[in-house]
Amino acid sequence: MEEVPHDCPGADSAQAGRGTSCQGCPNQRLCASGAGAAPDPAIEEIKEKMKTVKHKILVLSGKGGVGKSTFSAHLAHGLAEDENTQVALLDIDICGPSIPKIMGLEGEQVHQSASGWSPVYVEDNLGVMSVGFLLSSPDDAVIWRGPKKNGMIKQFLRDVDWGDVDYLLVDTPPGTSDEHLSVVQYLAAAHIDGAVIVTTPQEISLQDVRKEISFCRKVKLPIIGVVENMSGFVCPRCKVRAVTEASLSSLKPQIHQPR
Amino acid sequence: METAAEPENLAGVRHIILVLSGKGGVGKSTISTELALALHHEGKKVGILDVDLCGPSIPRMLRAQGKAVHQCDRGWVPVFVDREQSISLMSVGFLLENPDEAVVWRGPKKNALIKQFVSDVAWGELDCLVVDTPPGTSDEHMAVVEALRPYRPLRALVVTTPQAVSVGDVRRELTFCKKTGLQVVGVVENMSGFACPHCAECTYVFSRGGGEELARLAGVPFLGSVPLDPELTRSLEEGHDLTQEFPKSPAFPALTSIARKILDGLPATLS
Repeated sequence: MEEVPHDCPGADSAQAGRGTSCQGCPNQRLCASGAGAAPDPAIEEIKEKMKTVKHKILVLSGKGGVGKSTFSAHLAHGLAEDENTQVALLDIDICGPSIPKIMGLEGEQVHQSASGWSPVYVEDNLGVMSVGFLLSSPDDAVIWRGPKKNGMIKQFLRDVDWGDVDYLLVDTPPGTSDEHLSVVQYLAAAHIDGAVIVTTPQEISLQDVRKEISFCRKVKLPIIGVVENMSGFVCPRCKVRAVTEASLSSLKPQIHQPR
Repeated sequence: METAAEPENLAGVRHIILVLSGKGGVGKSTISTELALALHHEGKKVGILDVDLCGPSIPRMLRAQGKAVHQCDRGWVPVFVDREQSISLMSVGFLLENPDEAVVWRGPKKNALIKQFVSDVAWGELDCLVVDTPPGTSDEHMAVVEALRPYRPLRALVVTTPQAVSVGDVRRELTFCKKTGLQVVGVVENMSGFACPHCAECTYVFSRGGGEELARLAGVPFLGSVPLDPELTRSLEEGHDLTQEFPKSPAFPALTSIARKILDGLPATLS
């Protein structure tokens, strides 16, 4: 879809094509005809593409800065230690793409081939894709609204030539918004194994993680488990451990409650 | 062209400061809260607008969870978090029936609520409105800047942590500030070193120097560093005022100094 007005009610909303902000939008007729409410053909295309991908795992949080990208990167490396396992790491944090830096791939570019975009390979069996590879300068800001971010995610899933992959890990931005809804919707037909939720011990993180668990329930995404990062600190000088309250137990009732 | 916010509800607000990062988890909400508390201790009337719709942290930090939002003829009444009614707060957190409920909205719906938060909240007379934002450079940021456009100059305080992965994202946020005409008052580096409560050795858990480097690259003032302080964390977890509960905390002088520098940098009507 082309550029949309910033008050776009959403192509699948009841107001699609009929709202005042729809006047002058190039997609107005399309939306008013109800075509926006029809399933996106990309979903089937992505299903086809994902036939060569055995397992798809989302890394979520809700809270920012807990270590989703750190965890995703290390999980990817860990899985790729077996050189017979093909691993793909997809970074859908469009505004703050951290994966290139964490994987030591800053400055790398994406190449196009007849079969689509080629991921950047950090190992023979570990390929990475991120919007970071499409930006020419470290100061470039990606100031995009939801629909444009969704379009990028669709392209990442449909147009990247991942090849035969055992594990596709998807690193996400914090929150429960466009990126999260889009990746779940676009992969709807392709079956997502589940989500790993990352948190830190503080209640301020857990507060957001509980929302993320609600999000997973709402979109029927299985939760593989929760990881607690930054779990305490041992002073390198005196070796005394700074205690952080154990807190994962407070999440158990919510994860295990009957649906 | 969309119309800007109705002027009445922000007519009594003298200064607006957006707290931005680009990177998640660096302490935007912490710094927003502590800045508001510091300004309050200087005798100022402060409002906090929390436009992080997916992860609204401020109500808990000010022990205001569960409070109700009332209506008046000018719109929503912000929630007062102190007895003197000198700190007011609006957050989507107050509008959720269940605090664990996820706000799973796409951009347009988020934009609409943010516009309402700007134009339909009866802020009254405020010395300063602190706007806490989510990480990124997307819908919420564009919506709040557009809605606040009649109130130029809009000032921005940029928060980072020392490590390169934060600085990388925050550079992009500084570009956002430039493109949208925000006046950057300075950079704050949070989680800058951990003082062991046992032996007082300071360890730079998250590397060092990133904040100063960022400020230098962007040509904006470096306002200071706030250490990683378990007492600061505790005060926010429990919704206490750091200065009352933990006055000996190493974060306290850092935060006070930063607030002072911000006040000194604002036009004379405030400081």
